[in-house]
Amino acid sequence: MDDTDKLIINQLQKGFPICESPYRQVAEHIGIAEDELLNRLQTLLDDGVLSRFGPMYHAEQMGGALTLAALKVPEERFDEVAEIVNGFQEVAHNYARNHTLNMWFVLATERPEQVESVIEQIERQAGLTVYNMPKIREYYVGLQLEA
Amino acid sequence: MQLDDIDRQIIHATQAGLPLVAEPYQAIAEQLGLTAEDVMQRMAKMQQQGVIRRIAAVPNHYKIGYHYNGMTVWDVEEEHVHRLGQRVAELPFVSHCYQRPRHLPDWPYNLFAMVHAKTEQDAERQIAVIAELLGEDVRRQAVLYSTKILKKTGLRIAG
Repeated sequence: MDDTDKLIINQLQKGFPICESPYRQVAEHIGIAEDELLNRLQTLLDDGVLSRFGPMYHAEQMGGALTLAALKVPEERFDEVAEIVNGFQEVAHNYARNHTLNMWFVLATERPEQVESVIEQIERQAGLTVYNMPKIREYYVGLQLEA
Repeated sequence: MQLDDIDRQIIHATQAGLPLVAEPYQAIAEQLGLTAEDVMQRMAKMQQQGVIRRIAAVPNHYKIGYHYNGMTVWDVEEEHVHRLGQRVAELPFVSHCYQRPRHLPDWPYNLFAMVHAKTEQDAERQIAVIAELLGEDVRRQAVLYSTKILKKTGLRIAG
């Protein structure tokens, strides 16, 4: 990752235009050719430096629901349970964390009632209790990380 | 916002990412049998309505140098949590801040704030700032660092 990649990462975290030739517009802003931007962006995605690039949809604004949930997974079953949890397309993110509650995932569903049903399925398939922690209040979501 | 079938098709076609071609909205339009103008108008409207938070790149924290991604959690008095949550959210290094339910006895924490740092010292400094702000209203606290990203795809709807 060089300075141009960092410029691209920082610029594209801020947002991306909706217009006929949006990459050209961003490339001009950064001061590189459109092809170079497209090639570098592809490489950053292929290398996993970027997890995603595109529209970030907001489940609640679509009439759906979001929740954060956690599991206490026995260490020897960690990979197996991760596979079960990740297998649900409603699981948008999943992280291992250093706590007895060691697996934390976000569910994003199209309809609110799906949250409960996915949690029940995970509990059944994993044989573990899901600690559901839907937000009561959201104070802030944002912040871009400088590369 | 009420989404219709065409909006849903656009969401389905773009939820894994925007095409990496010179005219990405045109490419989506061709795939769905729409005009580029229609796709752009609908996406702009979804963005305006908050259905699209933004069109942007999501970096892998680790790969851009942020190795200390801490979910800081705090057990604060219910009557103070709202006021304190608002103040913690104003700190420039906090990326998410929420009030969430406790699960006693295992999980006594009701205020969550995410911090991201390149070094352990930076993370500890950030956590100390939050602790100082919360002051005597905190009964217990913990920091859960992520040790591995197991999945990071974002929302997916069925086709």
